[in-house]
Amino acid sequence: MPGLVHVTTTINGNQTDFLCEPRQSLLECLRDVVGMTGSKEGCNDGNCGACTVNLDGRIVTSCLVLGVEAQGAEVNTIEGVASAEGLHPIQQSFLENAALQCGICTPGFIVAAKALLEAEPDADEARIRHWLAGNLCRCTGYDKIVRAVIDAGERMRA
Amino acid sequence: MTTANQVLSEVEYEVVGKRPVRPDGVDKVTGRAQYGADLELTGLLHARVLRSPHAHARINSIDTSRAEALAGVRAVVTAADLPFAALSREDLSNDYNRFKFLSDNFLASDKALYRGHAVAAVAAENAHIAEAALDLIDVDYEVLEPVIDVRAAMQDGAPLLHDDLVHTSAMGEISDKPSNVASYMKFDKGDTAAGFANSDVIVEREFTTASVHQGYIEPHNATAHWRADGQINIWCSTQGAFVVRANTADVLRIDVSSVRVTPMEIGGGFGGKVTFYLEPVAALLSRKAGAPVKVLMSRTEVFEGSGPAPGSWMRVKMGADSAGKITAAEIELAFEAGAYPGSPVMQGATCAFACYELENGTVEGYDVVVNKPKTAAYRAPGSPQAAFGVEQVVDELCQKLGVDPVEFRLNNTVTEGSRKVEGPVFQKIGLVECLEAARNHEHYRSPLEGSNRGRGIAAGFWMNRGFHSSVNMTVNPDGTVNLIEGSVDIGGSRASIAQQAAETLGIAYDEIKPQVVDTDSIGFTMVTGGSRTTFATGWAAILAAEDVKQQMVQRAASIWDVPVEDVEYDGGEIRHKSEELSFTFKDLARQLYTTGGGITGTASLDPTGEGNSFGVHLVDVEVDPETGKTEVLRYTAIQDAGKAVHPSYVEGQIQGGAVQGIGWALNEEYYFGDNGQMMNSSFLDYRMPTSLDLPMIDTVIVEVANPGHPYGVRGVGEVPIVPPLAAVANAVGHATNQRLTSLPITPGSVLEATL
Ligand code: FES
Ligand code: FES
Repeated sequence: MPGLVHVTTTINGNQTDFLCEPRQSLLECLRDVVGMTGSKEGCNDGNCGACTVNLDGRIVTSCLVLGVEAQGAEVNTIEGVASAEGLHPIQQSFLENAALQCGICTPGFIVAAKALLEAEPDADEARIRHWLAGNLCRCTGYDKIVRAVIDAGERMRA
Repeated sequence: MTTANQVLSEVEYEVVGKRPVRPDGVDKVTGRAQYGADLELTGLLHARVLRSPHAHARINSIDTSRAEALAGVRAVVTAADLPFAALSREDLSNDYNRFKFLSDNFLASDKALYRGHAVAAVAAENAHIAEAALDLIDVDYEVLEPVIDVRAAMQDGAPLLHDDLVHTSAMGEISDKPSNVASYMKFDKGDTAAGFANSDVIVEREFTTASVHQGYIEPHNATAHWRADGQINIWCSTQGAFVVRANTADVLRIDVSSVRVTPMEIGGGFGGKVTFYLEPVAALLSRKAGAPVKVLMSRTEVFEGSGPAPGSWMRVKMGADSAGKITAAEIELAFEAGAYPGSPVMQGATCAFACYELENGTVEGYDVVVNKPKTAAYRAPGSPQAAFGVEQVVDELCQKLGVDPVEFRLNNTVTEGSRKVEGPVFQKIGLVECLEAARNHEHYRSPLEGSNRGRGIAAGFWMNRGFHSSVNMTVNPDGTVNLIEGSVDIGGSRASIAQQAAETLGIAYDEIKPQVVDTDSIGFTMVTGGSRTTFATGWAAILAAEDVKQQMVQRAASIWDVPVEDVEYDGGEIRHKSEELSFTFKDLARQLYTTGGGITGTASLDPTGEGNSFGVHLVDVEVDPETGKTEVLRYTAIQDAGKAVHPSYVEGQIQGGAVQGIGWALNEEYYFGDNGQMMNSSFLDYRMPTSLDLPMIDTVIVEVANPGHPYGVRGVGEVPIVPPLAAVANAVGHATNQRLTSLPITPGSVLEATL
């Protein structure tokens, strides 16, 4: 199809090829082209964090990245956080701490928190609040999310 | 941190009151939960909506021909495609305005009444084509002067939104002259003038609050398929699938049985997804295109085209005697309804003085149309605005009298038997217990040190709702139970309903498998809203479980060949009085299919006795004298939950509501340009609280059992947004020695008041 670009990328460890229009965002490519709908759209302008993915080791709002920028990159999404062995400690901690209500913000928070805790498993409340300030949650008031991330850090250090 | 969240329990149960993991949790932490926007169907088309760029304009004509000619476009619709277009005033007679307003808010016919008002929609092979096609629709607008402020809209000579709005005069008489005042109400108790004459101190002030949005992170979305046989299937993000079914059928003038609504997982609602915007439009597009159609709102469309909570103006006057007793109180409230009548001013009016025992009181309310989106419910609709005024006036009375604000409230509190200004008498309520918990709380007892700091306290009320709910429960051969319900789960209600079912059956929580289903698959169930779901759908689950128990007892009696009266159900066991015969729930479940067939318990009910909610919030703030910025240092929210079925999710409701209230108090507002255009329709400019703006939100759950529910449950979702506006304003007032009477309390408004 004319006008489409062939992108070869790695998503959650698997080589993935897709065709997209140059104007399509990575979020749109993940959701509508590749069919991975775990990353959510809350604003499409970089202000809510629901679409957060990890791109080559950095968290990005995938609505502000073009699909073609994933060429040759490593993309890690919420779908890759749990493994065949089970949930990641952050996911377990979110469940046990009731850190989600509607859950629409949860994929973004988990991807963002994972990047923080992998680098700084002993991040304290202030650090966590600072790190997660790009992710909006309208349901929880953040209290239980922050507690869940502190708790997950403890689990990951254990 | 361990004492941050306390539960003051009167009664303990086996499952109710515990904190199990929610059944839908794993799907939500792994990205597998299916929200509306995630739906994919064979041959799915994508639609976008064209919206008015003007706040007030006559629509002379709409030409869609260029859009229809664009390659990839499959259908275009306007108001001409709605049944309303073909109906005359005579056809509709008394129903004319109601039906016109309903129809016009989906697609405007003669007038666009707010910027963002839907005027046309396009379905295309992909969303980019649909978007491009919107630019090719030619709308001939005659731009009119807008009115966006509630008081301006009430003035004589204000631009009129509706030429023929059935209206009432300021004195409550039906008048012939059109106005923007859609309704007026007045309640009286005792003799207010005499009460003021007997007071030693009087405080009277005016207050305003800005329009704010519910701010759910998931935008509205809907997918519809109008099948060749006339059946319409809808998948959407809604708080009430049966409301979508009823109103879609209504506006399309078809039978409700022709519409099946499947509620997808919902990414927040807070009342704003009781109203819906897209479903009938998607259905019309689908009929034209002969294929399923999905339509999504952008964030800007959510702000400009879906319901905010009303901006308001209020005048509050209260008097007290030197003994600290309130002698009289009056309030006048004018609420913006948005483009069509129906603000929650009635709820504001009935909540305003609900925390206070009044001998003399007067409440007046005005519902006023303005050129803003039609307001939608937002968590305890109307009550936060009223409390913003009343709780500040109470605080000022305390200052004038030199009394402690908790003692003053205890001295004037409502209790069982108190009668509200508009008539109803309270049943058993827990305001005293909440106030006592506040007085005893370490937060309240610890001194607040440091300059530019202030502590605020405020109380709040919400009536809660009962309404219809239905539950079916089927026993599986392995002893688990499928629980089928119609209540959309926004914040963990699958868990709290399953807990009540498990408690009633005397089996483990994870033996209950709850599922939310479509409107064809369960009996009538009203919205998830009004703080009713854990109360009413929980109660339906209790009754369905009782039905299961009864059938299990009958089955055991028939297996044992004994009279049914000699068999009893006791904590998950079915026993004969001889004590020699017994089944566990699992044992009997295993035998059901071979001893007469499976068992399904059902219940449909419309309970009253919902039990009112009260909350008391404490907040410490620091105000930067240089910048005027307010920082929340510490926050404690106390609330009577009756019985917290799942305390973590009750705390979550309290914390979430408190933080929305903090946002309402300090940051959030629709900011309008002169021509009625919203200037800040993104999350960057409409600034909701982030994790960085807040401390932990400490909670105390007080449990004063609601006698109207088997486990004493009261709704909890709404009242937590009521106190924070005033609590924050009181705290800022004490930090600055100024009364801040307009929301939001921005750095600019603080500087203006203090410099
Ligand atoms: S959707 Fe990407 S930041 Fe909101
Ligand atoms: S849980 Fe609903 S937005 Fe975070």
